[in-house]
This record gives sequence, structure tokens and C-alpha cells, in this order.
Amino acid sequence: MGILAAFLAVTALFLAALVGIDGLGLRWVFGAAIPYAAAALFVGGFVAKVLGWARSPVPFRIPTTCGQQKSLPWIKQAKIENPSTTLGVIIRMAFEVLAFRSLFRNTKAEIRDGKLSYLSNKWLWGIALAFHYAFLVIVLRHMRLFLEPIPGFVLAISKVDGFLQFPVPAFYTTTLVFLGAVTFLFARRVFSPQLRYISLLNDYFPLFLLLGIGASGFWLRHVEKIDVSAAKEMMMSLLVLSPKPAQALGAVFYAHLFFVSTLLAYFPFSKLMHMAGVFLSPTRNLTANSREVRHVNPWNKPVHVHTYEEYEDEFRERMRDAGLPLEKES
Amino acid sequence: MSSGHEKKFKPDQMEYYDRDELVQIDYRRVPEKGWMDEPADIRHGNFIYPANPQKLEYIGFPNARHWSPLEKDWKLPSNWKEIVLQGIRERLDKYRSFKVFMDICVRCGACADKCHFYIGGGDPKNMPVLRAELLRSIYRNDFTTAGKLLGKMVGARPLTIDVIKEWFLYFYQCTECRRCSVFCPYGIDTAEITMMARELLNLLGININWIIQPVADCYRTGNHLGIQPHGLKDTLEFFTEDIEEATGVKVDVPMNKKGADILFVTPSGDFLAEPGIYTCMGYMAIFHELGLNYTWSTYASEGGNFGFFTSADMMKALNSKIYAEAKRLGVKWILGGECGHMWRVLHQYMDTMNGPADFLEVPVSPITGTRFEHARSTKMIHIVEFLADAIKHGKLKLDPTRNDGRRVTFHDSCNPARGMGMLEEPRYVLKNVCNNFFEMPSNTIREQTFCCGGGAGLGTEENMEVRLRGGMPRGNAVRHVQEKHDVNVLAACCAIDRATLTNVCDYWAPGVKVSGISELVANALVMKGEKAREIDFRKEPMRPEELVRPEEPEAAKDPKHAKEAAHV
Repeated sequence: MGILAAFLAVTALFLAALVGIDGLGLRWVFGAAIPYAAAALFVGGFVAKVLGWARSPVPFRIPTTCGQQKSLPWIKQAKIENPSTTLGVIIRMAFEVLAFRSLFRNTKAEIRDGKLSYLSNKWLWGIALAFHYAFLVIVLRHMRLFLEPIPGFVLAISKVDGFLQFPVPAFYTTTLVFLGAVTFLFARRVFSPQLRYISLLNDYFPLFLLLGIGASGFWLRHVEKIDVSAAKEMMMSLLVLSPKPAQALGAVFYAHLFFVSTLLAYFPFSKLMHMAGVFLSPTRNLTANSREVRHVNPWNKPVHVHTYEEYEDEFRERMRDAGLPLEKES
Repeated sequence: MSSGHEKKFKPDQMEYYDRDELVQIDYRRVPEKGWMDEPADIRHGNFIYPANPQKLEYIGFPNARHWSPLEKDWKLPSNWKEIVLQGIRERLDKYRSFKVFMDICVRCGACADKCHFYIGGGDPKNMPVLRAELLRSIYRNDFTTAGKLLGKMVGARPLTIDVIKEWFLYFYQCTECRRCSVFCPYGIDTAEITMMARELLNLLGININWIIQPVADCYRTGNHLGIQPHGLKDTLEFFTEDIEEATGVKVDVPMNKKGADILFVTPSGDFLAEPGIYTCMGYMAIFHELGLNYTWSTYASEGGNFGFFTSADMMKALNSKIYAEAKRLGVKWILGGECGHMWRVLHQYMDTMNGPADFLEVPVSPITGTRFEHARSTKMIHIVEFLADAIKHGKLKLDPTRNDGRRVTFHDSCNPARGMGMLEEPRYVLKNVCNNFFEMPSNTIREQTFCCGGGAGLGTEENMEVRLRGGMPRGNAVRHVQEKHDVNVLAACCAIDRATLTNVCDYWAPGVKVSGISELVANALVMKGEKAREIDFRKEPMRPEELVRPEEPEAAKDPKHAKEAAHV
């Protein structure tokens, strides 16, 4: 049900853009109003979400330790997997964010002849990494539409990315990787019964949306071969707050833009916020030196405790008979 | 469940469950209906009995009453929904972990087959992701815009009695072992979610006696077992007799002693249950031999903390006794025994909750002079850290050949592994006291270690099926080294492990016995004035290999055994 609903939702978005542009000529709506609203929702929602998380304190120091602690000087500490310094935490987080360290540990459990075994299972890690980096490169490549002059690194990325030099214009490898990876991430949800069981509309919708973005982008570059300078002019106009929706660009371009706007607007209210959340995860972003340096809980409050005096009052006679020392004789 | 077995045995007995049937698990088979439409199947063998209302009242927990999970009516307070939603709201404001973990899961499924309960049971609701969704679905429904608008489509569902029943079943099928959090790309820790869910259930008076009774007893008597001060003295004195019988050395039992340098705190499981008591005897023999100026406390006679499995406040209340007693007795620092969740609480919570311990000194070993800087704020160190240091400095006279009949593997307890990182110290100690040490497969040790299946207050009998299933991954790894290396001893530094892994081994790897580290150290310990060590604390032959070897013809053929025989 989630799959179909997500597919229909993304299809509806596409049709809305087609009808909106070709039928109703709503270039101002799809080319200005919606992108602005989406950008505002993205920034506002993102900031609000992060501030919301930050408002809740971290009462306890609860890193998941994945290596040897710092204890005796002759025992080698795992300074990254069990960091006791801020530098260690920064490196640990860098591995997590840039290389998906934890996902790299992934294994697959299997029972064969009553015996359990663990198979290496790096697919999810590899493809998730490919997806995220491809997405990053694609976003950077698009900077050529938002910046004038185009920064050198953007040109360099585009050049490397388009090394295939086939056809004209060249296929960007990242476009293919992106589409392939998203398809894989979708397929595993569909073909693995366990994953299908846990998957929600919220899982399928962003995948379809990303596929829509990738496919429409591919269409614009390789099939429709749109006028890139017109697109750039329009993007620059949006940036300087005097929007001039391009008349020269067709409905698919506006659909592409609408997809991206939807993604931006959807982002802060969805699981996609894992992008920011990973930085705030207390099991990863804290030093594991809780016996060395006291961690303060802002809401720590006194609780009712059973004091030694109350204890001795109850058991005094028996303690005396047993020869245990007492604070008070009676 | 098991055909021929069920007539003779009851669901709370191991024998009720057929081993071959239990492992018939097909992970790819999931219920046809969606998980929200699948009500919790609560039956004998998979849940733990509710708390005794008197115990609940004693510790001031709300809504104490008699009720049964098997009955339709759970006798909830009339405003139960309000209580739960308000409870969620408060906890979202108090814990960033809870708030972030409710929002950022992408359901990638990497955690799914990392949970011992899922691996051993195949119930999809034991996938950590789905366990969290049980609570997340309510969060979405009442605390997020998308959930309010789109409901079930986006994984939201209204809070109903059935949800509460499901929480009771599945949040008491999580041992807070944190293995899933090692594999989660965002570090989502199901232990945090389970803790929140259990706090919420506690607000409704829904809890289990196996946790609440120890909590109430600990509150009153200082330990989970409810041992009163004179009883503890008797117990420890009784241990000295066993130690004397085995070693010929009479050790003393300093109790509630003012002016001692060190307060020693251990889980009370070490006072009562086999094989924990042998670990306890081990501590006593070692401390005697080292001439430590230490003391036991009757008031703080519990290192473990079942309060941790109810609420942060109760954890703090029970834990407070340790620092209070250290202050009253005027000790310099605190030494802790072999326990799992105890060390999570001591390492990650104690100083925050009940510190600063500015009345204590940074722990310094009186034997070696080593200053334990890594514990300079909390002022409490682990006995295995202490022993590793003493052995490194050659301060313990050891004869590891005494353990030659023991072919040992080491089970990393969840909390010292994933909530502390004490991985090398126990291995160093074991390798110095045992000549035959073998590791289990790498996916099952260190930070990837598997739970015994009975942690977080689940180590009782009425949930036997759940425990055996949860113990399957660990049992499977033990059987692997048993078949490969003839391992016959599973060492563990946790009282719950010593109790529950005994069942796990009896079921999944019969013939393997569970032992504490200090017990094995004390076996090898050469004491001043000792007699010939013929028996261990279990009153079993110290060198069983010498007794059995002549009758075992294959021992001579097998080169591995032959080498060992030559060594002896």
C-alpha cells in the first residue's frame, strides 16, 4: 500500500507540473512561488527541528563503545571507536558521516543446519555510500546554475564526472550511479520480505521522488537538451529575488524544479533529517570518558533515598547480635 | 509448542522446548497482515509475571494492583492515555537521545538481524527497528504534524490498550544490550527507547516482579536478594569455610569497617547463586592474599541496579548508597566486582547522578602504586582492571597449570563491552591464569558480543522460551568453540551471565560450565600458607584432567590433547 501511494503521489506531482505549465501556464507558481515557499520551509523547518533537538539536554554520557577503553597505560586504547578526547570524537564522527563506519560493520545472519553463521554484507554500505556521494556531486554540479563566475571546483567536478565523454553532452557518471543506487535502495525494500514488512510510505516516497528528480534531470540534459543558459538565468533571478520564470523552458523542467521543491519542503518533516540528526546522536558524539570527567545532568534532582540511618534503625538489633559495627547503640 | 515435550514439562522449563524445533526459523517469513494489525501474542513462556503490588507500593510506584497479562482487562487507571502521552512529552523534553531517535530512523534494516531475540526467534517485532516503531508510531500520531494529518500511511497509529499490551510484551523482550546501536548508522540505541517505554509502562503500574521485587528489596536491605545485614555476614563467613577447605587458608571478612582504604561492591548474585558464589570466594581469596585494607558493606551490598530497568529516578536512588556508604566509612576509593549492567551504571551514570565524589581520592593500587587516572572523577575501578594491573606488575603468584583442565573462552558482557569498552583487561587476566584460552568467532565477541538473553531484568524462568531463543546466538558460538577446541568453561564478568548463561550452555552447548574471572584467578592463585590445591571452590578436583586422562584413549591420539598432556 505504501509503495503504490508513494508512486501515485510522485506521479501526481509530475502531472500537476505538466498541467500547471502546459495547460494553465502557471510559470510563476511553479517557477517562483513554490520554489520560494519550499526554500523557506526547508530552512525554517530544518533550523526549527535542530533547535528542537538541541533544546532537550543530554542528561547522561551514553556513547556506544566499540573498542577498548582508556584504562591502564600499557593497554592500547581504541582512540576512535572508544574516544576519550574531543579529537577522537571528531574523528569518530568523521568516519561515521563521511564513510558510514557503523554500516560498514553490517553482516547477515543465517541459520544453516541448525547453525548460525554471519555472512559479510557490505552491499547496503557500498550502495548507500555511492548514493550519498553521487547526490552530493550532483548538488555541487548544479552550483554552475547558481554561481557566476562558476567556481573552479565546480568545473573540475563536472569535468571528472563527465569523463565518459559520451554521448554529447556527456553522461555524468554520478547521474547513472545515483539512479542505480536509488533503484537498488528501492528494490531491496520490495524484494526483502522483512524490509517490506517494516517499510512505510515515508520510506518509498523519498525514493520515488529522488528517482523522479534523477530521471527528469536526465531527460532535460540528454533527451530534451534544454537551454542551460536560460535555466541559469532563471535560477540567478530567483537568487536575487527578482524571479523571471523562463518562457523558453518546457514543462519537464518545471516538473524537475517542482520535484526538488517538494524534496526541500518535505525534508525537515521526514526521516531525511537523519542528515542533521547523526551529528546529535549521543551514542556517537560524546567522549567515552565518563569516569574521568564528570558529566553534568541539568535536570538532576534529589530523589527519595533509603538512608543508612533508616537502614540501621530497622536492623540495629540484628546487626548488634551479628557483631556488626553500629553508628548508634540504640 | 514442542510435540513430545510439552506433556512432561512446563513452559518455564528448558526441557519443554525441543532444540531442533526451536531453530526452525525462516527470517523471510513475515505475517501477511501489517504489523499494526497483528496483536501481541502473550502466552506462557514469553512474558514475565507482573509485580507484587505490595512491593510497588513500598517503592512508591503508581497504580499498584493485581492484574494478569493473560486477561483482557489490565485494570488501567481511567486516565491512562493522558498519563502515557504526558509521559512521552516529559521524556522528549528530558532526553535528546529519545527525541532524536524518534525522528531520524530511516528503517534501513541494518539492525534487524543484530538482535539476539530476532536471530533466535524470527519474530519481526524483535527487530530493533520495529521494536522502536512500536513507540515511534505513537510519537508520530500525537507529536508530529505528518502523523496527525496522514495517520497510518506514515506509520502513525492511535494509542490503544493493544499498543500497551504490545509494549509490555516487546519492551520486556529487549535486554538493553545495545548490540543494535553498534550497527546503526546513526547510533540509534534501542536501550534508550526500551528504557523510555518501560518508564511509561511503570507510570501505569505495568511492570514485572522479577525487576520490582529486587528493586524493593534493594531499597530496603541494600541488595536485590533482600539479604539482611546479619545474613550477609553469615553468608560471607560460610564462604570463608569453603575457601579454607579448598586452600587451607582462613581469610577474614571485613564488614562495615570504618577506616578501610577500599569499599568493595559486587552484585548480590555473587552471594547466593551458583556459580556466582565461587566468583565471590575468588574475590575474598585474592583480597586476602594481597593484604588489601578493604571492607564489604551491608548497606551498599549491591552493585547491580535493577532500578536501571525501571526509571532513572529509581536507578539513582539505589545507586546513591554506594557513595553514601563510601563517605560514611571514610574509604579512599571504591572497587567493583564482576557485573554487567552494574558497570554501565557505574561507568556512565553514577558520577552524573550522585557525584561529585569529592570526598574520595583518585584510586591508587596499594599493591602496585598505579594511579587509575581513567577513574579519577568517579573514583571507582573494576576488579578486572585492578587484577590486570596487579598481574602486570607480578604481584600475584600464579600457577596457571592448575586451570589446565579448563579450556576457557570469554563472553564479553554487553555493558562492559558496549557501555565501557573493557575488552583487553579480562583477556589479559584470563591468559595469565589459564593456559588454554580460545576466542569465539569475531562476530560474537568484544563490541559485537551477544547478550545472554536474560539481561535488563529478564533472567527468570517464566519467559524461558524467550530466554532460550535470545541465548541462541551466544549458545551457538559457545558450541562452535566447544566442537572446535573442546572448550568446557565459559568465563564471564557478569552476575546475570553467570546465572543465565548456565541455562544457555546447558541447552545449546551442554557440557560447558560458566565461571567468573575471579574464580579462575583464585584457582591459579598460589597463597601463602596454602595446602596442596586438590579441589577448587566448587569442591571439584582442581586438575580433573589428571583423573580422567587414563580412561580416555582418544586423548592420546589427538595431538592437541597429547601436547597438553605433555605440558602437564
